[in-house]
Amino acid sequence: MAVLTTQRSVPEASAYVAGRRRARQRRFLSFVGTHAIALALAVMFAAPVVFVFLTSVMTDNQALTSDLWPHQWVWSNYRTLFSQAPVLTWLRNTMLYAFAATALMLLSSVPVAYALARFRFAGRRFALLAVIATMMLPPQVVAVPLYVLWSRYHLTGTLWPLIIPMMFGDAFSIFLLRQFLVSLPSEYADAARCDGCGELGVLLRVVLPMMKPALAAVALFQFFYSWNDYYGPLLYVGETPQNWTLSIGLSSFRAVRHVQWNLTMAATLLVMMPVIVVFLLAQRVFVEGVTLTGVKG
Amino acid sequence: MTAVAARRHRVRVLLFLSPWLAGVGLFLVYPLLATVYFSFTQYDLLSSPVWVGLRNWEFLLHKDPHVGQAMRNTLWLVVVMVPLRVCFGLGVAGVLTRIRSGAGLYRTLFYLPYLVPPVAGTLAFVFLLNPGTGPVNHFLHGIGINGPAWFNDPRWAKPALVLLSLWGIGDLMVIFLASLLDVPAELYEAAALDGAGGWQRFRYVTLPAMSPVLVFAGVTGVIASLQYFTQAMVAARVASGATDAPGTQVSPGYPDFSTLTLPQWLFEEGFRQYNIGYACVLALVLFVVALGFTAVLLRRGAGLIGEA
Repeated sequence: MAVLTTQRSVPEASAYVAGRRRARQRRFLSFVGTHAIALALAVMFAAPVVFVFLTSVMTDNQALTSDLWPHQWVWSNYRTLFSQAPVLTWLRNTMLYAFAATALMLLSSVPVAYALARFRFAGRRFALLAVIATMMLPPQVVAVPLYVLWSRYHLTGTLWPLIIPMMFGDAFSIFLLRQFLVSLPSEYADAARCDGCGELGVLLRVVLPMMKPALAAVALFQFFYSWNDYYGPLLYVGETPQNWTLSIGLSSFRAVRHVQWNLTMAATLLVMMPVIVVFLLAQRVFVEGVTLTGVKG
Repeated sequence: MTAVAARRHRVRVLLFLSPWLAGVGLFLVYPLLATVYFSFTQYDLLSSPVWVGLRNWEFLLHKDPHVGQAMRNTLWLVVVMVPLRVCFGLGVAGVLTRIRSGAGLYRTLFYLPYLVPPVAGTLAFVFLLNPGTGPVNHFLHGIGINGPAWFNDPRWAKPALVLLSLWGIGDLMVIFLASLLDVPAELYEAAALDGAGGWQRFRYVTLPAMSPVLVFAGVTGVIASLQYFTQAMVAARVASGATDAPGTQVSPGYPDFSTLTLPQWLFEEGFRQYNIGYACVLALVLFVVALGFTAVLLRRGAGLIGEA
């Protein structure tokens, strides 16, 4: 009996060990493979910014060659940039646009999102569909009559046509905030209501503090949208250099005669940096926000 | 609810919604109606609009020399760029799900380019893909390939824009990653027990579980392609080497109209040539196409809205 069991278990055991070894080998290979792919991707994603940086500190002449590494590190390119182009004016205009748009968007969108998430009323579903349809509408579709409208009030040439509409709620932010509000428990709000709190009080004192992550996410999205916006500023201030934003300034950035790649790349990096820094500081908020835009269920 | 309470409730709803309702009227309904009206007129912003009936529409169908090219380019973006972005985003997210250590670092790195201002990203790529001295062609030369002229070659300008769009894959990657991690592990185990291989598990477990997210990504991708403007415009300006002091004309779609998209043509007609009437015709074309795709999303997207 004992003999029988040993005879039977030996090949089984060795098959088991071999199987384990094969599995381990396979897992090791797939580990190496995955990390090799991830590393290759990392190099590909980082390379553009690295090359932009390296070129931005080259001499004028070297930037026109295909050399990849600066022979001489010309940090003064950044100073030259500020003296050659009104970068600070562009920066001020961009900040005005981004901050004003973000603040107004928050003020106007929160009540709408709250009503869509918490109030029951006829046409609520329709209102929600309208928000989504607005979100999907290419802005170019309605751009022409709006341009005519703003020109009638002599506001073309300024950034106001991009800021004022934010007083009327932004569909994307409303949608995002509404998605977040639906996922919040409503018991706290009900309790406050029982204690005699009015609906506005419930929103301001109870719900708003609980909405902080979603508010941060939509504020950041709006800020980045305005910061990066090219179409809007090109349309309204494209012909008015004193009101240019960074995007417009950068796209028109030309040194006197030829494309000076080193200065152009310095400007490019300068426009990228604030976005990258803000993102690294507020990363979690962002990623949560993006996931929120995606899909529930 | 008593009648008084019901009325107070209605007033409250209206009050909360009022900014948005006003906005929909001012910035959506009015301009849409005005677009339809202007499309039947000739208008240059200076003199008042003159009714010309269907003449703008005739121009669209029979005379416009570039609108056909613009539509073909936009269609090309929809057919080539959107699927490539979805596949690449899925691939990158898939790689991230299999990494244990350092996943956060990789995720940050892969996500960041999405946030880079499009103008800056485009400038970077025009530099990288610069035919003479750009690093990419330098490397290609090093391994014995004669790199194309990218943004300066009508056949390679759109593929170059695709490369740029793949660099900014971060938004899709994050959504796909969340959705991949949401697929219940039991489904994979059950499939493995039934003898499903890697591809079969992907085809019969992962894809069906992700289908709402994929529809969302596809439709929003198509709508973004219909709006495609900034990258094409900036790439054409910078690559053509045109100096653009304010007021100078830059021909859009360089090289040879290969990057001209419908929104760019609308911009050129409406805000450079001030053919307001004709620009409105182009806007309506864009509107109808976008509406069609939005309808698809809304029909398939019950899960997107959740219980309403």
